[in-house]
Amino acid sequence: MFKKNLKKNNVFVTYAIVVVAYIVVEALLLTGNMSSLMQGLLVPLCTYSLCAVGLNLCVGYLGELSLGHAGFMCIGAFSSAFFSVVMQDAITNSIVRFIIALIIGTAFAALFGFLIAIPVLRLNGDYLAIVTLAFGEIIKNVVNVLYIGYDSTGWHISISSQQALGLAEDGTMVINGAQGITGTPHDSSFTIGVILIIIALIIVHNLTNSRTGRAVMSIRDNQIAAESVGINVKKYKLLAFTISAAIAGSAGVLYAHNLSTLTALPKNFGYNMSIMILVFVVLGGIGNFRGSVIAACILTLLPELLRGLSDYRMLIYAIVLIAMMLFNWAPAAIVWRQKLKAKFKKTGEEA
Amino acid sequence: MKKKVLSLMLIASMTAGLLAGCASSSSDSSSSDSASSDSAEAVDGEVFKIGGIGPVTGAAAIYGTAVRNAEQIAVDEINENGGINGYQVALQFEDDEHDAEKSVNAYNSLKDWGMQILAGTVTTTPCIAVADKTAEDGIFQITPSASSTDVIKNDNVFQVCFTDPNQGTASAQYIAEKGLGTKIAVIYDSSDVYSSGIYAKFKTEAEAQGLEIVSETAFTADSNTDFSVQLQSAKDAGADLLFLPFYYQQAAIVLKQANDMGYEPTFFGVDGMDGILTLENFDTSLAEGVMLLTPFAADATDDLTTAFVSKYTELYGETPNQFAADAYDAIYIIKAAAEAAGIDPTMSAADIGTALKEAMVSVTYDGLTGTGMKWEATGEVNKDPKGVVIQDGVYVSID
Repeated sequence: MFKKNLKKNNVFVTYAIVVVAYIVVEALLLTGNMSSLMQGLLVPLCTYSLCAVGLNLCVGYLGELSLGHAGFMCIGAFSSAFFSVVMQDAITNSIVRFIIALIIGTAFAALFGFLIAIPVLRLNGDYLAIVTLAFGEIIKNVVNVLYIGYDSTGWHISISSQQALGLAEDGTMVINGAQGITGTPHDSSFTIGVILIIIALIIVHNLTNSRTGRAVMSIRDNQIAAESVGINVKKYKLLAFTISAAIAGSAGVLYAHNLSTLTALPKNFGYNMSIMILVFVVLGGIGNFRGSVIAACILTLLPELLRGLSDYRMLIYAIVLIAMMLFNWAPAAIVWRQKLKAKFKKTGEEA
Repeated sequence: MKKKVLSLMLIASMTAGLLAGCASSSSDSSSSDSASSDSAEAVDGEVFKIGGIGPVTGAAAIYGTAVRNAEQIAVDEINENGGINGYQVALQFEDDEHDAEKSVNAYNSLKDWGMQILAGTVTTTPCIAVADKTAEDGIFQITPSASSTDVIKNDNVFQVCFTDPNQGTASAQYIAEKGLGTKIAVIYDSSDVYSSGIYAKFKTEAEAQGLEIVSETAFTADSNTDFSVQLQSAKDAGADLLFLPFYYQQAAIVLKQANDMGYEPTFFGVDGMDGILTLENFDTSLAEGVMLLTPFAADATDDLTTAFVSKYTELYGETPNQFAADAYDAIYIIKAAAEAAGIDPTMSAADIGTALKEAMVSVTYDGLTGTGMKWEATGEVNKDPKGVVIQDGVYVSID
């Protein structure tokens, strides 16, 4: 009983941190005390936090290492940006347009997550990681050869080149191959980002504390035992993976509507990004959603705050990353931290 | 309890992070370690603050570094000679890792520094994202090398380099006019905006000029180390001219592999090919007879080029490429426009932006990358591409 309450409390601490962070930021914004750099970073912070929460569900609760989450982000980003660019003139209310775009982006990511999960979840461990990595790359490469445009005669789709579309003079290119989508409206905002994070946190917390969540965790801990008590392994695996992909997709929507240009480069939607998201998850603590959000924020802020070091910036960033990883996960560091905490407790009790 | 302590610590660190972010903005630029020696004494209203953005880390770092170095040379020269309208110039260059999101961060960081004019960004995709932000803030932007037409769709952005379509069209016309080849093969980088942009226009114009394209093969950034398949396809199709609209690092591999398989068509490149002669470990004899259209040749003999090249070589130990030349020109173009507009640093960035924007169309500039350069209100530059051919390891003009 006590333990359950503690868990509930814990969840509310997470929400409280997000809300307090939001209020602090808004207060700074209103009083004009925030630098342009920080203002520009607010939406990316939300994007990466969301992604990390999504992946943490897959890695921490389903226990499957996915290296393809940047791919789902890519799907969410492109499908929603496609919608927004096409409907830019038809729907002028940016909030309505963004909500529809969000639903489309999330749904597409979920759909692809589901389709990919069917074959992929037959594997596990390293094999699954490799296959998801490959799928992530496929998504990126397919997006890079897509040419879609429309003119008075209708829609044109090609996967070879812009000329192959045969667009009329009045035609508009929507997805222009490697050049991606340009002119996406700026519909993302920090408020929307924070709302999305809270929604995502509520979903994952409720899921993991429900019957479904316990079933998912039982599969993670021992698949054979789970099967023997009658849990439908395939169903729960698919469910968790799809939700995870959907959250990553919503992060992609946020990403796409923050910049006016959207291209699928190895840098933003390739495996580098997938690994970066995994780093957020591992650093924040596998299975710890609050940790994911915090780690994503710190690791996104860090390289920007280190701009003052100019050329040494990325070098220092890498060193800090190693140091943080050691501090969080090295057995000796854990023992040292526990000793330190015990000391604090002692002095606290004495005082 | 354990988690509470932990979370408190993390909240503290996050807040500290946020505050640190604010601190660096509210304090003067003197606290930040800038790329410029002048910005240490930069005080608002007494110097022009020019910002630069480009990749100085990551895969595209050579372009950003070249631009940063050349901009620094130009700014130092201007300051030695009395500055712009009598005011000194401060330059700060920020890294964007060739990523749109990072580029916007770099732009915001420059805005915190107090940037009034932006000489960037270097690469196209980040430039589109930044161009949107400069349009919002009304800041004047001139890009040395971002060549897509999407870059200049806002009226506050101007280009020093040719637009991609322009280069594609010019190349096709050049080949047709000089009768360099009839059966043409193209290899291009489908994952690169620059390369696919040039290729798209080249194809259209080549058809209009009656040139026959017999082979079109693509590669991507993930597969740019082996071109034997593409070369075989071109050879099998009997192409006598191979058009290579991409950067020199890949071009060097293409030339090497073509030589290995004994395939000897005429090679024709674009301005990205410039730099191939100074590439490390590249046998320049392979580049014999390669033709390219470039606005800049490092071994030209005019005074301006020789002075720039010798200064760049002396300071940075390498021959400047076309990016460096474009960037050097960009700073001087800003100077020319600023003098035409009669602006001073006490004006707001937006006012300077408006004044420069209006002055740009009346400016005529002779620089490293062309003489009599003029700008349309759209931001596109008018200059003639120069055709050069590599003979005995140096560029020789074809015309």
